[in-house]
Amino acid sequence: MRTIAHEKYEAVIGLEVHAQLLTKSKAFAPVTIEYGGAPNTQVTPLCLGHPGTLPVINENLVRYIIKMGLATGCSVARKSIFARKNYFYPDLPKGYQISQYDTPICYDGAINIELEEYDKTIGLTRIHMEEDAGKSIHDQDPYNTLVDLNRAGTPLIEIVSEPDIRTPQEAYAYLSKIKQIVQYLEICDGNMEEGSLRCDANVSVRPRGREKFGTRTELKNMNSFRNVERAIHYEIYRQIDLIEDGGEVVQQTRLWDTSKMETRSMRSKEEAHDYRYFPEPDLPPIIVTDEMLEEIKEELPELADVRQKRFVEEYEMSEVDAVTLTDSKYLADYYEEVTEYLGNPKAASNIVLSEVLRVLNEQSIDIREFTIGADRLSELVKLKEDDKINSSALQKIFNKMLDGDKSAEEYAKEMNLIQVSDSGFLEPIVDEIISNNPDEVQRYKDGKKQLIGFFIGQAMKASKGKANPKLVKDLITEKLDN
Amino acid sequence: MSVTEKDVRYVANLARLKLPENEVKSLANDMNKILEYMELLNEVDTSNVAPLEHVIELDSRLRTDKAEKPLDHDDALKNAPDADSDYFRVPKVIE
Repeated sequence: MRTIAHEKYEAVIGLEVHAQLLTKSKAFAPVTIEYGGAPNTQVTPLCLGHPGTLPVINENLVRYIIKMGLATGCSVARKSIFARKNYFYPDLPKGYQISQYDTPICYDGAINIELEEYDKTIGLTRIHMEEDAGKSIHDQDPYNTLVDLNRAGTPLIEIVSEPDIRTPQEAYAYLSKIKQIVQYLEICDGNMEEGSLRCDANVSVRPRGREKFGTRTELKNMNSFRNVERAIHYEIYRQIDLIEDGGEVVQQTRLWDTSKMETRSMRSKEEAHDYRYFPEPDLPPIIVTDEMLEEIKEELPELADVRQKRFVEEYEMSEVDAVTLTDSKYLADYYEEVTEYLGNPKAASNIVLSEVLRVLNEQSIDIREFTIGADRLSELVKLKEDDKINSSALQKIFNKMLDGDKSAEEYAKEMNLIQVSDSGFLEPIVDEIISNNPDEVQRYKDGKKQLIGFFIGQAMKASKGKANPKLVKDLITEKLDN
Repeated sequence: MSVTEKDVRYVANLARLKLPENEVKSLANDMNKILEYMELLNEVDTSNVAPLEHVIELDSRLRTDKAEKPLDHDDALKNAPDADSDYFRVPKVIE
């Protein structure tokens, strides 16, 4: 991927991110939303668009979006209204989507992103509330389209950025930050592969130094952070090459094709939708009172930036370690659980940053999918802290625990790794090593003290790894030095 | 402001209405007459009047985020013109 900025052109990128909220019920109907439920089992007459039904707003739709607004420095509109966005599609039974148009509930915010070489602030134009459509299935039946309306009416927030983004890397960093914020706020699980975060990108290019934007295209169908980065990168160079060849960029929607790694035209402006927005007559205005705003402010959790600083101060760790541990709320929670159990922040960060992160990276999983819970991991580290096992045993038991659900102590016993700290058992071993290696003993006595490592190694081997290395060392020095 | 025949076809298409070609002209006329009548409203200065979004002055009541029993699956599909045992069935849509 060419990551160096183009010398002649600069890209202008704006992102629209949809986040599916983790409410217990739909935006306007009291029915659950569970991923993977049997088709058309999580619906009410309202979700099906039956006549005579009326929407009632879910309180948490309003509260969650205000949380997001406050966490991103937005102003919160004290009065905002819903609007109807009209279009016909089989998975939209009412013929319109309830959304917000000219009065978004949150507006004028900003998100700070950190890149390797610089930090940057990306402006947020607005965050508004809307409902999701159902799901159309085109490939199961050769003659028909099948419609599942379980998802219809799921609460979404749409986060619209200013056209402040200049590179695919900035777009990636911006998305990562949004994911981090929604996870810290616990309003969305932030999983782009499963569709709980979705992203469309508006991309244009202009010669460096020119203020006027070029003609933009809208990119859709990017279902991972990497694909957003790739699609934007592809599109920037497609537009530059087009202009360089004397062509013109056409305003259109383009789909990212993961298998071909390219964007292709979906519809042009002439066929663009005309949504005919108008105020939703079924829903009165949303009024946000001082009281409600104060209450939500009180509920705001500690966000990543603050938690990171606290980790540095409270647990005396480096900033680099704090950034790594607080990147995901769930990892930070896990770390704090282990720390609390052990009463030893250093021991906790050692194992989480080394062993746990290694496994997460190898398996490309989230800490929530990690098989060793914080309590089991803590018990394992505790065995080491209490000198019941040594570090190589810890490693072996850790690997065993990944695939089994027994406790660390059970594995330690089963694998015969409980450290022997009994000098009655260790002394004969040490004596034997000393009598079997007269040359080394002589060299040691002549001043080559580094040989202590050789003797310890031999003793560990003879004890099949069970000896307490500290005790072995004491025994050997005692015998050789006197 | 004048409604052209092209506008009439455009609006009909947006509303997914099938419009006989011989009605387009008279509909354009009708629509122009309606809009001309509405022009009367321009006699009032509304530059300092906020748009009226709702006729009744009410604030939204918020619902507690709680799920209730969904509609029975068979009942959900019962009124559909076409369905299989799981899904609503509609003519093939290709975007």
